[in-house]
Amino acid sequence: MLKVEDLNVYYDKIHAIKGASFEVRDGEICTLIGANGAGKTTILQTISGLLQPKSGKITLDGSEITGRAPNKILLQGLAQVPEGRRVFSKMTVLENLEMGAYTRKDAAGIREDYEMVFQSFPRLKERIHQQAGTLSGGEQQMLAIGRALMSRPRMLLLDEPSMGLAPILVDEIFSIIRQVNQSGVTVLLVEQNAAKALEIAHYSYVLATGQIVSSGEGKSMLTDSSVRSAYLG
Amino acid sequence: MDFAQQLINGIQLGSIYALIAIGYTMVYGIAKMINFAHGDIIMVGSYIALMIFQNTGLPVWGVIAASALASALLGMAIERLAYKPLRGGSRMSALITTIGVSILLQNVFLLLFGSSPKPFPAAFEGEGFTLAGVPVSRLTLVTLLVTLLLMVLLTLFVGRTKLGKAMRAVSEDQGAAQLMGINIDTSISLTFAIGSALAAVAAVLYSSTYPLINPYMGSMLGLKAFIAAVIGGIGIIPGAMLGGFIIGIAEALIKGYISSALVDAIVFSLLIVVLIIKPSGLLGKNEREKV
Ligand SMILES: Nc1ncnc2c1ncn2[C@@H]1O[C@H](COP(=O)(O)OP(=O)(O)O)[C@@H](O)[C@H]1O
Ligand SMILES: [Mg+2]
Repeated sequence: MLKVEDLNVYYDKIHAIKGASFEVRDGEICTLIGANGAGKTTILQTISGLLQPKSGKITLDGSEITGRAPNKILLQGLAQVPEGRRVFSKMTVLENLEMGAYTRKDAAGIREDYEMVFQSFPRLKERIHQQAGTLSGGEQQMLAIGRALMSRPRMLLLDEPSMGLAPILVDEIFSIIRQVNQSGVTVLLVEQNAAKALEIAHYSYVLATGQIVSSGEGKSMLTDSSVRSAYLG
Repeated sequence: MDFAQQLINGIQLGSIYALIAIGYTMVYGIAKMINFAHGDIIMVGSYIALMIFQNTGLPVWGVIAASALASALLGMAIERLAYKPLRGGSRMSALITTIGVSILLQNVFLLLFGSSPKPFPAAFEGEGFTLAGVPVSRLTLVTLLVTLLLMVLLTLFVGRTKLGKAMRAVSEDQGAAQLMGINIDTSISLTFAIGSALAAVAAVLYSSTYPLINPYMGSMLGLKAFIAAVIGGIGIIPGAMLGGFIIGIAEALIKGYISSALVDAIVFSLLIVVLIIKPSGLLGKNEREKV
């Protein structure tokens, strides 16, 4: 579904992504795991159009999206849950979801999707008119995921959704990601929490200093030597 | 003059400061820059209104609307041509560019109209009503009502409409807003258009009160309104409104009871005092610095 070929991204002179290539298959959960500073966020932001690559090619279902504006890429069906959640903290829960549906015009469908989000995250419904900044970390992560789902994406990119959350919340977030995937949304999950990510992934890539160093089918990676030595101890 | 009369004068002047301060605060909140050319938009708005008054038979409301529209287009054009290319660069270069645009506008109007002040027609002449023995002129009444109406409309726009909410989203987090599919260029253009239109309305109200206009009239007026925006909490729209009224009323009372010569000194001191007590302004939250 999503194909990244020989991607090179720079921050001025810093060569952050060095020829990374990988593929996310339709309907699957694919994870990209790697240590802090490996380049995970850079890759996701480049896919979403927030950063421009120096070279390389990104295609979604065969059509090229490399370097296109973020709103165009969103309209192609690709939504991102950014690192650190980045909910609009001075806006209410409902307004955040409304922003998630910004590009849509179908009022009835949008209302349906509010209900869908509130069904998956009942706690958000209780706080519907509360400012997002007053939510707990876990609730903000749920809101960030709900907000991204409001665009009715075909594919969801998640950047370290477990970051800073208590273990019980991490489990809840991961089970939601699995549900989202089962509802037909392809997922690219970026994580430092490799053990957790590998449990739900169909396929995995390991990123180190801007390069893909290893890859393999989901659980088989739990025994991969590069993964074991780097992340699982 | 008695206290009530001074207070009414202060509210009238404060309305004008508030309308101008909104432009500073919205541009700061959404484009993250201080636009020192904003004061000169007031001057341009006044000259445009004067030209329309002299050359057409348009009624005063039509003149205000036309001047607001022309100023909005000018504000958008300035942003596109002068500020947008610098977006993402250092704040200092953007700041210096706004000062450059300010000087440019002053000199263009100096060339076009000369340096001698031009008389501005009396737009809202006549009696208003008497409030507890104090006469309130029609101009005062119009100024206050127009300001309140525009504030209500702006509050509804920003609070309730999709475009207004998108502007708030951009002001909080440009990257996240882009991920929602919001076009930040559009939001920033709209911000400049709204700020400039409000400045043009303020210009007609101000020039009707002090009916001599010149190419430098925007400097002091803009600076005072900027102070109002900072006192209220820059980036916060209700703060700009509050700050505008505070400065206007303070100025009128200082003029009435202390000394006209000390007005500016005391207003600037007021700014310093507020910034010492509450650096983020009266309505600002003392947020942790983002890393
Ligand atoms: N805005 C930036 N400017 C310069 N260098 C950056 C910037 N953002 C990230 N980097 C560098 O790019 C590399 C990859 O960063 P990032 O994509 O954030 O990694 P990860 O998400 O895997 O932690 C790191 O070496 C980081 O220091
Ligand atoms: Mg990261």
